[in-house]
Amino acid sequence: MHQISEIKFRQVIVMVFSKKSFLYSLVALIAFLPSVLMANSPEPTPAHGEAVAQENQDPKAEIKEQIEEVKNHHVLDAHSFHFFGDKETGKEYGFPLPIILWDNGLHVFSSSKFDEGKVAEDGGNYYVLHHERIYKTDATGALTEHEGHPTNAKPLDFSITKGVLSMLVIALLMFLLFRSLGNSYSKNGGVAAGAGRFFEPIVLFVRDEIAIPNIGEKHYKRYMSHLLTVFFFIWFLNVVGMMPFGVNVTGNIAVTFGLAIVTFIITTLTAKKDYWMHMLWMPGVPLPMKIILAPIELIGAIIKPFSLMIRLYANMFAGHLVIMSLIGMMFVFKSWIGSPLTFALSFIISLIEILVTLLQAYIFTMLTALYFGAAVEEHHHEEGHH
Amino acid sequence: MEGNLHLVGAGLVVIGVGIGIGRIGGSALDAIARQPEATAKIQTVMLIAAALIEGIGFAALFAVS
Repeated sequence: MHQISEIKFRQVIVMVFSKKSFLYSLVALIAFLPSVLMANSPEPTPAHGEAVAQENQDPKAEIKEQIEEVKNHHVLDAHSFHFFGDKETGKEYGFPLPIILWDNGLHVFSSSKFDEGKVAEDGGNYYVLHHERIYKTDATGALTEHEGHPTNAKPLDFSITKGVLSMLVIALLMFLLFRSLGNSYSKNGGVAAGAGRFFEPIVLFVRDEIAIPNIGEKHYKRYMSHLLTVFFFIWFLNVVGMMPFGVNVTGNIAVTFGLAIVTFIITTLTAKKDYWMHMLWMPGVPLPMKIILAPIELIGAIIKPFSLMIRLYANMFAGHLVIMSLIGMMFVFKSWIGSPLTFALSFIISLIEILVTLLQAYIFTMLTALYFGAAVEEHHHEEGHH
Repeated sequence: MEGNLHLVGAGLVVIGVGIGIGRIGGSALDAIARQPEATAKIQTVMLIAAALIEGIGFAALFAVS
């Protein structure tokens, strides 16, 4: 009797400390970090609300305004890397990034010239930063406005923004990581070494579960490079976005547009005869239907990458907004009941977002593979219309 | 009556997407309960279908807002 219960106890212990639950608790710990650090570091502004409240009649509205500011600041791209600021001392912590403009000639200068709303001067031209957009202006920095939007001329902006910087860093990281994984096979006698051991099963997953079932044994090898790149690029950027001080890159529609347009170009360029045949002159249906179906199929070919773009962008953008809003609610409630409640809620949503980072990378890669598969599919018609 | 009707539209979009994804999840659960050996295949198809509905939902939300 005693022994049996001991064995059972041991089983429970083994279950609790088994690999899987250890992984779960590790993931929970990682997910726990952003909500704590985000709440602490980039938001000293709402914490100082009490000092402001004495001058302002409506402290709640003041806090809400500050939360809105922090939220927008976190979600949108920026021309400088800003960690956090102190409203009382007026100090800002961060580092400037290069501004690259094309305005009848190349203008390169540091974004610190824009600090505190100053007018930047370069090569006789004056520029001003207004809501993260650069406008051409005169020495006084005046902007002509029409219905709240400035009408000044905008130079072409090729600046290395926060998002561009993190994309470059992730691209470099991926290059080094997967080069070393590739090299480790030849050095180590066909066995992955180091961090590659963690990524090898994921690479195999992309090949065996995404590429081969959707594209087919015959053609999948041509598309593996794109699928793997897209999968890891989106996944890493999503994870970076969830980190404290992280940058919301995949929640930027220009980035997802770029990713989707590459998928579209590859689909179009590598499509076989059957793909065009089915798009322009659908076999096996009556003639009037062929004429109706052709424009629908053509529109469908454009809607496919469009939905890829919107899905990734909206998912990440909305996820970040929800987390930031929940963290902001802690400062709105400022009570012993409300704040822990919203803390727990933001913690749970953060956990879900960790899942979403992987899920969105998977779905983007999956649908990309599906479109590639449609492009190279060979149909066997039994109607005998040839 | 001015201005805020688009928020009602956004609510309707979310209701529709919720029903759609809920039905997909429910049906997938039924299918997995009947054929546990086909779980992996069902999950893949479920995720794709859910992603497509979600995409339409987001597109509609953007059109509405």
